[in-house]
Amino acid sequence: MSITLTINGEEHEVEAAPDTPLLWVLRDHLGLTGTKYGCGVAQCGACTVHVDGVPRRACVAPVGSVAGKAVVTIEGVSGPEADAVREAWTELAVPQCGYCQSGQIMSAVALLKSRPSPSDDDIDRGMAGNICRCATYVRIRRAIKQAAGEGER
Amino acid sequence: MPSSPPASSFLRLGRRGFAAGAGSLVLGVVLRRHLRADAPGPLADVEGGDASPDLWIALEEDGTARITCHRSEMGQQVWTAMCQLVAEELEVPWEKVVVEQALGDPKYGDQNTDGSRSVRFNFTRLRIAGAAMRQMLEQAAATRWGVGAAQCRGVQGEVVHEGSDRRLPYGELAAAAAALTPPPERRIQLKDPDQWRYVAKPTPSLTIPAIVKGEGTFGIDVRLPEMLYAVVARPPQVLGSVRSFDDTAARRVPGVVRTIQLPAITAPVAFKPLGGVAVVARNTWAAIRGREELEVEWEAGPNASYDSEAYAETLFAQVREAGRVRRERGDTMGALDSAHQRVEAEYYVPHLAHSMMEPPAATARWDGDRVECWACTQNPQAARSTVAQVCGVPEANVTVHVTWLGGGFGRKSKQDFVAEAALLAREMGKPVKVTWTREDELRHGYYHTVSAQRLEGALDESGACTAFLHRTVFPPIASTFQEGANEPGWGDLRLGASDTPFAVPHLRLETGEAEAHVRIGWLRSVANIYHAFAVQSFVAELAHAAGRDPKDYLLELIGPPREIDPRTEGAEYDNYGSSMDTHPIDTGRLRAVTEMVAELADWGRTLPEGHGLGIAAHRSFTSYVATVVEVAMVDDRLTIPAVWSVMDAGTVVNTDHALSQLEGGTLFGLSNALYGEITAKDGAIVQDNFPRWRVMRMNESPPRMEARLVPSGAPPGGVGEPPTPPAAPALANAIFAATGTRVRRLPIFGADRRDRLGGAR
Ligand code: FES
Ligand code: FES
Repeated sequence: MSITLTINGEEHEVEAAPDTPLLWVLRDHLGLTGTKYGCGVAQCGACTVHVDGVPRRACVAPVGSVAGKAVVTIEGVSGPEADAVREAWTELAVPQCGYCQSGQIMSAVALLKSRPSPSDDDIDRGMAGNICRCATYVRIRRAIKQAAGEGER
Repeated sequence: MPSSPPASSFLRLGRRGFAAGAGSLVLGVVLRRHLRADAPGPLADVEGGDASPDLWIALEEDGTARITCHRSEMGQQVWTAMCQLVAEELEVPWEKVVVEQALGDPKYGDQNTDGSRSVRFNFTRLRIAGAAMRQMLEQAAATRWGVGAAQCRGVQGEVVHEGSDRRLPYGELAAAAAALTPPPERRIQLKDPDQWRYVAKPTPSLTIPAIVKGEGTFGIDVRLPEMLYAVVARPPQVLGSVRSFDDTAARRVPGVVRTIQLPAITAPVAFKPLGGVAVVARNTWAAIRGREELEVEWEAGPNASYDSEAYAETLFAQVREAGRVRRERGDTMGALDSAHQRVEAEYYVPHLAHSMMEPPAATARWDGDRVECWACTQNPQAARSTVAQVCGVPEANVTVHVTWLGGGFGRKSKQDFVAEAALLAREMGKPVKVTWTREDELRHGYYHTVSAQRLEGALDESGACTAFLHRTVFPPIASTFQEGANEPGWGDLRLGASDTPFAVPHLRLETGEAEAHVRIGWLRSVANIYHAFAVQSFVAELAHAAGRDPKDYLLELIGPPREIDPRTEGAEYDNYGSSMDTHPIDTGRLRAVTEMVAELADWGRTLPEGHGLGIAAHRSFTSYVATVVEVAMVDDRLTIPAVWSVMDAGTVVNTDHALSQLEGGTLFGLSNALYGEITAKDGAIVQDNFPRWRVMRMNESPPRMEARLVPSGAPPGGVGEPPTPPAAPALANAIFAATGTRVRRLPIFGADRRDRLGGAR
């Protein structure tokens, strides 16, 4: 079945069953491999994308459910929050292997959009769904605070 | 289906974020020397291996320095570290550095990115390679100007003539320099450490700018034209096999192309694929769906009765028996028998899984009898030999490209997944990518072994420890490579058991036998995990029995600054591959990190109600780490408000990235201690995904973590693994301080998500 998707502002026509998870359509059909697989069951956050501005786990989002909606991936995420997050992530050398970091960044950008000055509790709640096995949590927390500080200027 | 050719996906790994199309990249003339074609150059054999500059550096006319990294990038920032070493002595601007990932090839020497040794083993030779190239450029400029080479200096991409204002960019000199023979080692002049601009500094990462944009190619991201996607249904038990299968429903799943039965595995398991049935499809999801519809009858094989609960009892029974003595000082048993006070404790650490966030993934493509593989492997030379062996082709016919690794932790040192891709691609006549799902990763791992340990200590009237007995029992790593191997080897014991550095008159290490029933692998810091947990917990138990402060007691056991050599007490000891002369077991350094971390944590201060501090210190991979954990048990809820860690890793190449390892490695150890447990029932692994296999999350990580490096001019030690071992005992000691409950069995939280201290979380 042919489905029309809007990804990072561009329209794509894909041939896929509507119940195919968005994750595999992004990665295999469209070659957008920045969005990662980590568990397939909405437990790790590696596949986090934004759908109409809201973070969603692409591994459990049927592609049919996002037709006609604006999907944003790590390759396309932009705006002041995304800039601030990328800058803080780079300056504080947050990533180690980097595999979870697409998802971490997508969650952090969404968090800062809804909470421009997040407290520690906000960070815990907003980021608890993203596992980092390299355990870069110390720096993720610090970088979110730094990015929030810059967002205020 | 859009797909990019393989070359371009690798160019995208470059730090400049090259666009995918190869046409968008215009290379300057790459100038390389080919000395090795006829004879080895004068630097072919320096400490650590071949330092011939042409093996490591390609200079381009525009001044770009392409530096080859022969180790695998898995988050330890080895790309950055290796390039720092070369660029330091080559004297190129950091912005001009571009990394090239090496293929698996013995010409680079050891490429097994494992054992925290990339920097330890390459610190000298990569600097020599850079310096040799710089001196050749200086010579080329000297000849051009008709002056002495001694007056010419390479500085940040240019050779400068000190007697005049003349300067020439490296790019212009590259061709002339390439015609020269590298200087012999005795004529290489390395910088003094006070001249370093990149080394021992927080030099910026070469990977992070790409990571934050979602760029870079991991093993799971590889895409080739016409590629097919596979997942494999593997036997639930190790050495199990396929009795029969029915793929009718699987083949009806849209996108499924074919099913293929893989050859059954035979002992020893080594790095061989596990066998089973592969489902090959047009995309990953179709392959996963197809596998769900596959019906397989399994032959359970010889490990079908493995049951973790029963096995724990077997281990405890064994550890209560006298074992084989592996190190002995004095008369430990006599001293224990005549002790004023005898303290005894038993510890248990379960199997653990690696669960790096990127599960294993590999892609292969055949061309006649030659095969090219792309894989997130920690050891591309082993991938080559495994593929050659499994596919029955000469090693020379196997090419292995190393992608980025989304974490390794030892799992990706094992090459079974690469061989699966090679077998399937040959069968399909097309490129095939094999993806392991999380379920596959957890159920079919090379697990951290399961262990029981018994410790006994003798205290005299003053409370001083006079005798120390450590007995350790676990299925050894050797069982993976040698059928029936059931006794700890020196390679397991050197990891925190045979090198215990305590100043006691009587000391003994014993081992017992234990059979393996799953593939035993190695996980970040390996046997140090359970050995440090038992030894450093027991130190605090002895302190408690003696009525002493645990930090003071630990320092007393470590004793005065001196060097320890376990070989004088009957142990074989290889010191992690480093010389005992350059990397001795130095109790002074272990003391120093212990004292520093205590000061940092303000040890001895008055704590809030329900809080407790625990301390542990451990040497591994020739580095020294001490950790203090603060826990709070409030309303029956255990939390970790703060952690402090201090590491002495000798000379550190990248201070910021080493701190990141210290932070992450410490939390990795805490995560395993809090939640990590893999269990088997009927020979099959029970845990199949998060959250049944649980790892630390942001909301469970300590809000405060302070990490410090000890400034040191000593030769480099390991960095990736040493932070992990002291974390678990520091945590257990803190829990005891806060609650009076002694944790001797890990993990702290059970499968019911309740802690084994009587509380829940
Ligand atoms: S892959 Fe989607 S949450 Fe883990
Ligand atoms: S950086 Fe490696 S998993 Fe997060």
